[in-house]
Amino acid sequence: MTAYLARRVLQAAAVVVLVTLIVFALLHLGPGASQAGVVGAGAARREFLLQYLSWLGQVLQGNLGFSARLNEPVSTLLAASLPRTLALTGISTLIALAVAIPAGIIQAVYRGKAADNALRVLTYAFYGLPSFVLGSVLILYFAVNPDLHLFGAEGPQAPGIGAVLTDWRDMTLPVATLSLAMIALFSRYMRSAAIDSLDEEYVEAARARGAGQGRVLARHVLRNSLVPVVTLVGLSIPQILGGALIVESLFNIQGAGWQIWQAAQNHDVPVILGFTLVIGIGAAIGSMLADIGYAVLDPRVRYARP
Amino acid sequence: MTTDQVRPATPEPGPAQPGPAQPGAAAPGGQLAPVRGSRGRHAGPPAANQSPASLLPAPASLGRRLLAAARSSPVAAAGLIILIAMTVFCFAGPLIYHTDQVHVFLRLANLSPRSGHPLGTDGEGDDELGRLMVGGQASLLVGAAAGVLAAILGSLWGAVAGYAGGYLDAVMMRIVDAGIAIPAIVVLLVLVVIYRPSELVLILAIALTSWLSTARLVRAEALTLRTREYVQMVRVMGGSGLRAVLRHITPNTAGTIAVNVTFQIANAILLLATLSYLGLGIQAPAVDWGGMIFQGIQTISSGYWWQIVPPGLAIMLVVVAFTMVGDGLRDSARRESGRR
Repeated sequence: MTAYLARRVLQAAAVVVLVTLIVFALLHLGPGASQAGVVGAGAARREFLLQYLSWLGQVLQGNLGFSARLNEPVSTLLAASLPRTLALTGISTLIALAVAIPAGIIQAVYRGKAADNALRVLTYAFYGLPSFVLGSVLILYFAVNPDLHLFGAEGPQAPGIGAVLTDWRDMTLPVATLSLAMIALFSRYMRSAAIDSLDEEYVEAARARGAGQGRVLARHVLRNSLVPVVTLVGLSIPQILGGALIVESLFNIQGAGWQIWQAAQNHDVPVILGFTLVIGIGAAIGSMLADIGYAVLDPRVRYARP
Repeated sequence: MTTDQVRPATPEPGPAQPGPAQPGAAAPGGQLAPVRGSRGRHAGPPAANQSPASLLPAPASLGRRLLAAARSSPVAAAGLIILIAMTVFCFAGPLIYHTDQVHVFLRLANLSPRSGHPLGTDGEGDDELGRLMVGGQASLLVGAAAGVLAAILGSLWGAVAGYAGGYLDAVMMRIVDAGIAIPAIVVLLVLVVIYRPSELVLILAIALTSWLSTARLVRAEALTLRTREYVQMVRVMGGSGLRAVLRHITPNTAGTIAVNVTFQIANAILLLATLSYLGLGIQAPAVDWGGMIFQGIQTISSGYWWQIVPPGLAIMLVVVAFTMVGDGLRDSARRESGRR
């Protein structure tokens, strides 16, 4: 286990370094980066590697750059907006799992029957439906529709994170949009994981010992297919954050994705790259934690290869 | 989420392992590297001494695979029919249904569906049905080009990494891990901010952010192919590593790649639509389906549903159809090689 852990942490460290390199390379391509004070004017003529190292030193000291457009350090913007995004994605992910796991198991148990086929058609459809389309349709029918004025068309606009957690009138549609897209992804996966578990010998053995369907599903199928699904969530962090960007832009929620989008429209390169850097590092660490969690729960992984 | 990168991440236990098959960890709909078996073996009789690659039957062409998949799987057939219908609608439609998609007619702005404008008009008075056709051309062309390019890039990268092994493989795959850690839509935003979004830039940018998943898949297959006799023989006979990769490894992963291309195109169409919806994709007066939705959302509080729902359905239909074809191709490849 220690060897596996050490190797995986080293890999993640390499990935984090590469993420910083990719972000810096993008920054280097961008016009106006040096004027924006990210690269540092004095360093502008130095070589790529030296510039990279001096930039990295700044980043390590918490200096992610400065937004001339908003007249604020990128780290301040990040501290204000990232909690909103984490609240939005966290709530949506939990809801998505709560729906997708039972849905996937139901599909696996009734494989090929009407319930499975109906859910498959639904997941196919939501799988292909971009979340901005889904979100705008929800706005059309539940927010701006004069007959059915149920929810707000915009996310909560009050500063701070409190409103994001409590204002359900305005948060329902964004959370629904983000979760529905995730449900399609997770339940497809849960279905195939549960089908695989159902075919395993331990399920047959449990049945042979006289275990009922409920016990087989709860003790054997659910537990064994849960591990890969939770891993999938860890590996999906970049997609989930990408989805948050779209939902935030549609519902005007001032989270991290919204800030990136605004920065992109206004050519505010330091903001885009500072945020990208933090998100990329977060996702790399998340995927490492998912892998380690998998290895802890499933010993076959860590003994699989030298 | 998932309008960018809908494909599920391949749930490998660690990014480095193609891994011994893990119970319960088979890939979801998306991306199971189909089978480790050699694709070359299915047709010919097992004659003796058949190992040199030249004697192996050529991998079936994409067209033949599509036909076979359509014949054996109703899902793939339905997907293929939808795709053909949508292509005809977008490219032949404007020949029959003439509309002016260039000029602004403010007198006709935001009309609801009625005779003469079956899908209504947009905020500039352009007919929505005609716009759906023209926009679809951009969505399909840019999406297909970007998806194919991504698959080519990813296949080469994965084949080289898997064939080379060792440190080169480790470095190449860590680069893929790092690329996957950053949400594709964010990298795309950076790229289109730096380079103005022309169609060519969009194709390149989308391909540059999407090839990573293909690289992982193909690498996993290349790892097993490199130990096969016909690949070893290339080296014995003095062939270069480049030759082994281009002539022997890549063609033998054709099945995986063919499946992956369909998912890549679906993904590229979604990414393009997302960029256009964010106002940073195909620029006016040209338009794609995502751009139509971008226009519609500007007046969403007025409830002009006809400016959002039809292009939204068109995107969904095409993406689902590509996914159906991909699933069908994968299933038929699995059957062909005799597993399951």
